[in-house]
Amino acid sequence: MAEPIQLTSDVLVIGGGPAACWAALAAREAGCSVVLVDKGYVGTSGATAPSNTGTWFATTKERRAKLIAERVKSSEGLADLRQMGRVIDTATQHLHVLAERGYRFPRDDEGALYIANLRGPDYMRFLRQLLVRAGVTVRDHHPALELLTAGEVVAGAAGFARQLGQNWEARAGAVVLATGGCAFGSRILGATGLTGDGQLMAAELGARLSGMEFSSQYGIVPLHSSVNKGLPYFWASFYRADGSAIEIPPGERFAVLARESLSGPLQARLDRATGAVPDALRRGQPNCFLPFERAGIDPFAQLFPIALRAEGTVRGTGGLKRADDACGVGIPGLFAAGDTLERQDIAGAATGGGGPNASWAIATGLWSGKGAAAFAQRLGPRAAERPVRPAGQVGLRPAADARALDPAEAVALVRAEMLPVERNFFRRAPTLNASLSRLDAAWATLRDHGQGEGATAFRLREAAALLASSRWAYRAAAARGETRGMHRRLDAPAGTPALAHRLTLAGIDQPVLSFDRPPQEAAAS
Amino acid sequence: MIEILSASRCTACNVCVKACPANVFEAVPGSVPVIARQADCQTCFLCEIYCPVDALFVAADPEHVTGITEDAVVAAGLFGGYARALGWKKGREGGADADPTHRLRQASLTAMPTGPRSPAP
Repeated sequence: MAEPIQLTSDVLVIGGGPAACWAALAAREAGCSVVLVDKGYVGTSGATAPSNTGTWFATTKERRAKLIAERVKSSEGLADLRQMGRVIDTATQHLHVLAERGYRFPRDDEGALYIANLRGPDYMRFLRQLLVRAGVTVRDHHPALELLTAGEVVAGAAGFARQLGQNWEARAGAVVLATGGCAFGSRILGATGLTGDGQLMAAELGARLSGMEFSSQYGIVPLHSSVNKGLPYFWASFYRADGSAIEIPPGERFAVLARESLSGPLQARLDRATGAVPDALRRGQPNCFLPFERAGIDPFAQLFPIALRAEGTVRGTGGLKRADDACGVGIPGLFAAGDTLERQDIAGAATGGGGPNASWAIATGLWSGKGAAAFAQRLGPRAAERPVRPAGQVGLRPAADARALDPAEAVALVRAEMLPVERNFFRRAPTLNASLSRLDAAWATLRDHGQGEGATAFRLREAAALLASSRWAYRAAAARGETRGMHRRLDAPAGTPALAHRLTLAGIDQPVLSFDRPPQEAAAS
Repeated sequence: MIEILSASRCTACNVCVKACPANVFEAVPGSVPVIARQADCQTCFLCEIYCPVDALFVAADPEHVTGITEDAVVAAGLFGGYARALGWKKGREGGADADPTHRLRQASLTAMPTGPRSPAP
């Protein structure tokens, strides 16, 4: 293989979704040189690009208070009031910045700018244009495989340029991880690349995780499709295979549908959409209608089969634990943003899907970019000259003898353990432990024998990241012996007040779990 | 997943090779690109709207190849359908300013199809 491509910058951003773009812009505007490397293509990468997403913002004090109060309730005790306020304020300000710079928000019927919604393909293409205009070096199809360290400090990353067939090495004063959540191999919109790479790379250096038990959100899709967008189903009725209607009490949709899905096929029809709604749905949510148009179905008039698809930590809330307001993760020189971070601050035990996560990506992107810029500027221009060491382990440097392993086997195992409703949506200690023993065995094989170069290394690292996130998720699910938010334990169906705390994981090989102490208890000791 | 790259429509501009986030396509010197890694397709449909000549078709099924033919896609008028619905033209963005989603969110707050429900996501 040819010599690695050498990249140098003050700040290196890894990822290509909105959080990565906002981080790169913030670091550039702070005066830093910025390289952004992405596994895919900035503009189409990630879960936002193929979607149409709400935003979480407030232009009045009353609305801000109302948004926070709603979330406090659904978070089941795990959200953070101050962080919610920070996210809303930062996102609101920057949605207006987006408009000022030329993103074409629609206007509502009163002629006011409608910033409550972002159209994924347009939003992400616009962010790419902002990056190019700002002078950020964008490297598409450059997946990162591991971080580089100078002593105890993160000093860059290394990876493989898929389309060039060449390794790359990037030196930087600080690194932002914005590689997204982990979808456990679920075929939902935009999730193929969401394998939890950033979580693995950070944890290899000792970063901790939290909220990984909240990784059991499922979305409705037309059967045999990837389109897990929920808005049209607000106007849906749901039916069993025999055509009988499924009664859904308010707030119980997913629990009822999940239970029904275990006893037979499900169908839906958008038969509550009347008046102007069908037209607005077709024109406002065109991605939702792709499966129907391609199958010749009129979803407003005809029943259509549906399924539930797991959405992992993308619509769950687990991820790297934030150590400070600049989105540092407790390792000098390393920052994280978007779904790579845990989102219990804004969502607690509930999904942050839609508006809150979109605003979280904007806010944490900006904070991490600024934090990384400040860190890099303190180091000064000679940061790139530090001698570095690679930090990647599983899939790159085997603990025992190297053997030829098929990463597809590990991916198939993750899918089999993490996607079924009866394993992940409805959880029980015996099934969680059985899954964990198989996932642990696959992890041990990869840890002891996995080694590859180039494209093989890329696949092995994706498999390692998927296994790592799966093991964290089920370990946390086994440790949280109660039901809270999306985490449903059939063997412990009620909430336990003593467990109304966040659950932190440290380590990958043998994770150590501990419930965070409430602030007053910590202060008293 | 991606099923059709129409050799008769394709101009070999290779935008799909660049824009596919899953690196599904492969450029071929002197020819149109090929679908080299079909199973990696994440069925996001975005290659269709980046294609300036509507030469790509993604079937909705993300796990199985449906075997749909180019003739069937033409007959059903499906080439370029997503781009038209969005308002994108020739691979360029457009139409975001005409997005009527505000009416949906408004309707979800006021219509209440069956008693009290939470606002739409």
